Amino acid sequence: MKAGWPLLGAALLLPPFLPISDYTLHIIILVLLWAFVYTSWTIMGRFGLVSLGHGAFLGLGTYVTALLWNHYGLTPWAGIPLGVVVAVAVALVIGYPCSRLKVVGHYFALVTLALTEVVRLSIVAWRDVTGGSLGMTPNAVPPESIVALQFTKFTWYWVALGVWALGLVVWHRVDRSMTRSAMDAIADDETAAAAVGINVTLQKLLVTTVSAALTAFGGALIGQYQMYINPDTMAGVGVSLQIVFAAISGGMYVILGPTVGAILTIVLQEFLRVLFGTRCIGAAATIYGIMLIVFIIFMPAGICGVIVARMRKRRAVAAAAPAAG
Amino acid sequence: MLEIAGLEAGYGGFRALHGVALTVRAGEAVAVVGPNGAGKTTLMRVISGLLAPVAGRLAFEGADLAAVPPHRIVERGIAHVPENRRLFPRLSVEENLRMGAFAPASRPHFTERLEWVYSLFPRMRERRAQLAGTMSGGEQQMCAIGRALMSKPKLLLMDEPSAGLAPVIVDQVFDLVRRIRQEGFTVLIVEQNVRQVLELVDRAYVLEVGTIRRSGSAAALQADPAIREAYLGI
Repeated sequence: MKAGWPLLGAALLLPPFLPISDYTLHIIILVLLWAFVYTSWTIMGRFGLVSLGHGAFLGLGTYVTALLWNHYGLTPWAGIPLGVVVAVAVALVIGYPCSRLKVVGHYFALVTLALTEVVRLSIVAWRDVTGGSLGMTPNAVPPESIVALQFTKFTWYWVALGVWALGLVVWHRVDRSMTRSAMDAIADDETAAAAVGINVTLQKLLVTTVSAALTAFGGALIGQYQMYINPDTMAGVGVSLQIVFAAISGGMYVILGPTVGAILTIVLQEFLRVLFGTRCIGAAATIYGIMLIVFIIFMPAGICGVIVARMRKRRAVAAAAPAAG
Repeated sequence: MLEIAGLEAGYGGFRALHGVALTVRAGEAVAVVGPNGAGKTTLMRVISGLLAPVAGRLAFEGADLAAVPPHRIVERGIAHVPENRRLFPRLSVEENLRMGAFAPASRPHFTERLEWVYSLFPRMRERRAQLAGTMSGGEQQMCAIGRALMSKPKLLLMDEPSAGLAPVIVDQVFDLVRRIRQEGFTVLIVEQNVRQVLELVDRAYVLEVGTIRRSGSAAALQADPAIREAYLGI
């Protein structure tokens, strides 16, 4: 198994050189970019901070970047950090009172659900600037422009691969940190965690900030890649639900879980798009909702969670066998 | 070391403590005893910063403790072994102990303190990788005490360490408390098990319906006819 990892890594360098269609490469890029967003969600979601508000962070990241570019000609190199700052500020404004007032569990999910709709409706309402529900397109320049962050698919693949890897690195760092144990302790027993000396609010805001910042970053890149953003696909409850679905179905306690979730989600999304076309607009969200419920009931650890548990069991059996014999 | 005067505290409109006053001097072991619902746990929660007092003075080593958040109180040197142990059941024993040394000042000393706690409680070393929630009640209490000791506190608060344990295990837990005392820790312990706790502390306060009714040396209280009748069953 160990020998498989470098092979897998090498395989990731191949797609742009393979004789695959533009469409297939497009799907792979989308999977990588969304996998980054889903990974970012699990950085807080795995500790019981189930946010339905990540559509808000995604929307803020993408719209701040695109609006500054279109209206002020500000390069995304400055626009993206500003979008991230705005998303983090909103995350803190929501996260701080939630933590102090002990808004947890379902109530936290509801508060964040409201947040994501506020952001979506604000984008829709501010029609003159944002294009409203018709969405907007970043002003295009000839491709391979570093200043405008507009590339061909070939270049985008490397960008997407890079941020995806960045997401895994951050996930891994958080997984190995004191913050992870502290957040697990908080999820087990918040009062006891405070009593032994854990600054509960600080730890929660730490993971919330990292998660929101990375999500906004991912959103901005997706907007730049697609060259079209829309309040319904980049903000609001629909995309929030999609993020939660992907993270949970893939498995939020395993590093590659959200990536597996992204493959499932993006492929499913494309399949549904072809199946339904422009009819039955709400069908996709309904199907995500139903599948989410099915996963939560039958496979709460997600696909990767189940695989890892199986592998552990097999290893334990293999280790016990020689001892018994 | 710890001085409390005129303490009033409660939950919402309900007042659980009325003008409580008590002191703990360095090196002492002091007990607060009393029946269920007397306000003993409330008192512990106020001292460790989990519950804000309504009025009164609370000072530790001369510094005011009111409105200091719980994690800062741990940093000042007060560790709390909460009622019912309150371990983190899905963390391993060692991770639970690690959480006890979470304060930035404690982190560099993690390894040495872990060794020290393991030498105090060798059983914890055997169980280091086990999930805390899967241990027996007595072992969990040991782990909870170990977790509190990881911050090397000046004052150790213990809330009902004998609660919910079998009599044999209760004896073991009180032995543990005795050993903690011998290590030189100052201990404030809250107990319903009056008979046994008076055997191991220097002084005690009797808390009833939120008010201190009596106080004195453990020997004096053991000899007090009213205490003997109400708590010792003699």
